[in-house]
Amino acid sequence: MVPISYYLILSGILFACGVIGFLIKRNIITIFMSIELMLNGVNLSFVAFAAQWGHLSGQIFVFFVMVVAAAETAVGLAIIIAVFRTRETLNVDQVNLLKL
Amino acid sequence: MTPSLHLWLIPALPLLGAAINGFFGRRFSRQAVSGVALTFAGAAFLMALYVAARFSSLELPYTEFLAHWIRSGSGPHIFVAEFEFYLDQLTLVMLLVVTGVGFLIHIYSVGYMWEEGGFYRFFAYLNLFMFFMLTLVLAGNYLQMFIGWEGVGLASYLLIGFWFTKDSAASAGKKAFIVNRIGDFGFLIALFLLIKHFGSLNFAQVFTSVSQLPGEMAGFGLLTSIGLLLMVGAAGKSAQIPLYVWLPDAMEGPTPVSALIHAATMVTAGVYMVARSHVIFDRAPNALTVVAIIGTLTALFAATIGIAQTDIKKVLAYSTVSQLGYMFMACGVAAYSAGIFHLMTHAFFKGLLFLGAGSVIHAVGGEQDMRKMGGLKQYIPITFITMSVATLAIAGIWPFAGFFSKDEILARAYEANPAYWFIGVTTAFITSFYMFRLWFMTFWGDYRGRDSAGHADPHGHGGHGHGDPHESPMVMLVPLMILAVLSFVGGWVGIGGRFEHFLAPVFGEGASTVATEALSHGTELALMAISLGAAGLGWYLAYLLYLKRPELPQKMADMLGGLYQAVVNKYYIDEIYATLFVKPLVDGSTRILWHGVDQGVIDAAVNDAADGARHVSDAARHMQSGNLRSYAGWLAAGGAVVIAYMIWMGVR
Amino acid sequence: MLHLVLFLVFAAICVAGAVNLLVQKHPISSALSLVVVMASLAVEYLLLGAEFVAAVQVIVYAGAVMVLFVFVIMLLNAGEEETTKGSRVALVLGVPGALAGGLLVAWVLIRHSGDKAVSLGALPGYPKTIGWLLFHEFLLPFEVTSILILIAILGAVFLAAKPETPPAPTGRKG
Repeated sequence: MVPISYYLILSGILFACGVIGFLIKRNIITIFMSIELMLNGVNLSFVAFAAQWGHLSGQIFVFFVMVVAAAETAVGLAIIIAVFRTRETLNVDQVNLLKL
Repeated sequence: MTPSLHLWLIPALPLLGAAINGFFGRRFSRQAVSGVALTFAGAAFLMALYVAARFSSLELPYTEFLAHWIRSGSGPHIFVAEFEFYLDQLTLVMLLVVTGVGFLIHIYSVGYMWEEGGFYRFFAYLNLFMFFMLTLVLAGNYLQMFIGWEGVGLASYLLIGFWFTKDSAASAGKKAFIVNRIGDFGFLIALFLLIKHFGSLNFAQVFTSVSQLPGEMAGFGLLTSIGLLLMVGAAGKSAQIPLYVWLPDAMEGPTPVSALIHAATMVTAGVYMVARSHVIFDRAPNALTVVAIIGTLTALFAATIGIAQTDIKKVLAYSTVSQLGYMFMACGVAAYSAGIFHLMTHAFFKGLLFLGAGSVIHAVGGEQDMRKMGGLKQYIPITFITMSVATLAIAGIWPFAGFFSKDEILARAYEANPAYWFIGVTTAFITSFYMFRLWFMTFWGDYRGRDSAGHADPHGHGGHGHGDPHESPMVMLVPLMILAVLSFVGGWVGIGGRFEHFLAPVFGEGASTVATEALSHGTELALMAISLGAAGLGWYLAYLLYLKRPELPQKMADMLGGLYQAVVNKYYIDEIYATLFVKPLVDGSTRILWHGVDQGVIDAAVNDAADGARHVSDAARHMQSGNLRSYAGWLAAGGAVVIAYMIWMGVR
Repeated sequence: MLHLVLFLVFAAICVAGAVNLLVQKHPISSALSLVVVMASLAVEYLLLGAEFVAAVQVIVYAGAVMVLFVFVIMLLNAGEEETTKGSRVALVLGVPGALAGGLLVAWVLIRHSGDKAVSLGALPGYPKTIGWLLFHEFLLPFEVTSILILIAILGAVFLAAKPETPPAPTGRKG
């Protein structure tokens, strides 16, 4: 019997790591990965609460989150590739002008 | 119960003419415009004649109510003012003078202004002026009179600045209006005092209330204050010291305007107002003394300036100021009927002088400098004859009109205080001198205008070429002739005191507190002889200096040197006013009101608000850096704030 | 007891992987750390009884999404991360903000969850049950996500496609 709060703390840590990674990192792909980390943390939260309340819809929601995360990853990476082609850099600090 | 005279028609008809010409005149032909203007001006004159015809059957003073106007307050302190008309002998005299001379000048203007641009505008303004002047004259209370008062000021401004594209004309119009307004300020305060102490501005009510008050023999009480303030207003409107400076500049306007407004009618409004308020003045002898002193001094002062002027219209302008001084002198010694008598004759001969001057100017193709005229009597005989009549009248030569009225004033002045009389006679001498100077310089001798003929005429009259001077068309000459007749016979109504008797019901006999002694017949004849002698002396001196020995004036001018320069430059009064009043006012206004308030406070408030917005947005701009990480940072911080807030709300 | 030990072990691996993601300089190392995190999360899901979700986590997330990440890193030849001067706001405002927000939420949730606990395999998520739910109660979201995936495919293909090279100029200018 693990108290639910343990799961929530773990979820919180993962989420915080994701946010901090988003803020600290300069490589756009790493930033993207931090977003995935955030999503994972949230997923854990969902499943934990589903288990606590006995509602399977929590797990269904996780399923959908994963689908959406996959789609988002695909499109996001495609955009990164497109930006990389024009800017020749993956450093997000150097991609701050709208002008080419 | 007499049937209504429909007095409201008299001012309303010219107003209608002004409206028609003003709104539609642009599309009318000149004939149509003049037709409209003359019809309505003439209709007003006919109405005045009708009123005169019915006059003897009226119960005087006759008042007519038109409409309700102001009803303010309630109870015992209620203030009521109506649109009403007041008719008595004084009104009738003014009415006939204004409409009659006005109509003649309308006719004259058709010829004078025929080739000018803005023809319809001129006649619209002229009719508008008639409306306001008639409102002033027929008014039944001070407030309505004030409407007319302000309105004639407005019409004067519009007409002086008729050729507004010319800087000097525009400035002259502004000057006239502003100086008038200074006088109007005094008038207004007098009105306020009247309202406060008598509760009404209606003539009948005010005069009844005032006549129940005792006279103020010494010091400055309420009535004296009101009288003095009314005099301030009159000084502004009637160009007395110290507010006369606008009248010479007003000569920038077309000559018919000078004739109508600045000789015959508008400037006499001040005299009319003082005469109308005689009930107040009679009980405030100190105020009357001030009136007399101002009038006398102005008469002398303006006359001295007149002798050195070279522009024919300026001479006449200063002459007007001087003659108005005479009228105020008369009122100041409680000889109101004499003042009004002179007002009437002055309207005739001064109007004629101005119209004649206009005819002369027209004849020489726009030249106004008398040094370039001369010998015109063979070219423009009719103008010459009529102007001679007028000159004789103004100089006070028997039996022309001016003799009777001026003599009446001088006699009454002598009764009151021989000092007034002495200055009056001196002024009469100077008047005669400069008028005959004008006469000799313009009509006698050789024509001096040929060498510098046809130089740029500011009135656009130069289309006549450099040929010989030519007589004016009939439409301009007929009014001259009519006015000449009036200048000749106009004074005869005063013979035997008939005019004074006619106006006696208005002014009362011996109700004033100014001590006068009746003159013996011998003294009167002696005074008459002295004034005729003064006039003759003036004529002789002018003849000497300007016909016989024309090199003398220059020698005398050189001898007098600085004094002469001062006189030519109008004693530098304009310059003194500019330094004393105008410049500080303009500077103060520029620095305090413009830079300080308008730019510093109002503009600054708006600009600083805009600047503030700009600075705020400038600071906020840095949020949009294009840097992804800073956006994320803001997001995280903002998210934390929102979460904290929601938790706090939930916990509460 | 076993439950708690298993939970703690895999939680530790999870956190280690997450911190490693932050610390590493090369993106490929971060990607592999992320795989570790996802795998350990799958075990956590199993501990909670969500079998299907754990399987999908490994297959889809760790097996497809991370593979995609690794492919792109290798495609773009991403090198070690350079230290460029970034945004002051991110470090000054963002990190403390994030930490504060996280702490707040955690505190609230913990307060409210109190002593509640879950047992091992508390809520069995059998594929059959999940499938039933997907095709009955959650049919619409299910179909919508399929369209979403279609759109994502189209978008990704279009965005990542090589731009057309303009035709080489012919040398026929005379």
